[in-house]
Amino acid sequence: MDIPYTVEERPDTGLFNAKLGVWLFLASEVMLFGGLFSAYIFLRYGAPVGAFHEWGQELNIPLATLNTLILISSSVTMVMSWASLKLNDFKKYKLYMGLTLLCALGFLIIKYIEYTAKFDHHIYPSTNTFYAIYFTLTGLHGLHIIGGMIVLFYFWIPGSKMWDSKPEQFTNRIEIAGLYWHFVDLVWIFLFPVLYLL
Amino acid sequence: MSSGHSTADIQSHIKVYMTVFAALAALTIITVAASYLDLSTGEGILLALTIASVKGSLVASYFMHLISERALITWILMLTAGFFFVLMFIPMASFIDQAQVG
Repeated sequence: MDIPYTVEERPDTGLFNAKLGVWLFLASEVMLFGGLFSAYIFLRYGAPVGAFHEWGQELNIPLATLNTLILISSSVTMVMSWASLKLNDFKKYKLYMGLTLLCALGFLIIKYIEYTAKFDHHIYPSTNTFYAIYFTLTGLHGLHIIGGMIVLFYFWIPGSKMWDSKPEQFTNRIEIAGLYWHFVDLVWIFLFPVLYLL
Repeated sequence: MSSGHSTADIQSHIKVYMTVFAALAALTIITVAASYLDLSTGEGILLALTIASVKGSLVASYFMHLISERALITWILMLTAGFFFVLMFIPMASFIDQAQVG
């Protein structure tokens, strides 16, 4: 028996099922990161006046700016991979998905450089409350990048065989994988100023 | 995004994606530049979060296609946004309470 509503829209929701599922998942993700942003506010208010800003001075703004631009670029290549499938251009899909993965890898490498620089200066999550929430938020975000990369890699190489047999379902899969990826980008858009610039 | 796109539709979407990309890159640079302005903490937070909200709206509206998405998704997100703001204001309420006790 086939899974229903993988391509056609359900009459009551007007959506294919997986899209509704991913949006509900993203709603739960908003609350997950929301809890941590709430913790950030709590810790910032609880710290001595100006301490959070002072503690954050050790962070590398140029590297984080570069990472922001890389992640924004990956969102564009992600949406272009979906658009390529809509235009029946499978080769371009492969190219854009590969570029998305490359951007994700670049983001992680820069994050690794940032983390090791902090550890070299003996800065750890236990150093102060700023670094406790900094490592928690960026670490959780990094795990989301890794999780996304695993899914995107699957759709880039082994899972892409579905394009030959069920192109519309495959295109929908890329669309909802993209929704997750854009969400991860969206979270970083807020993390960047909150952690590095304020 | 609801299904059913012509080639011309997708090609016009691609132009929008490139424009949004340019806007996001420019806003990132503006965010960093604004952090060097001589602003009070409150003003700095307001400016940075306003720019981040504009960037987030662009990503959600165009890359995630919310601008043309079904009403059900919008309702789910409005409900989520309501809970999110409650979550943000719980710490604030706690501090107001402490200030009154103190």
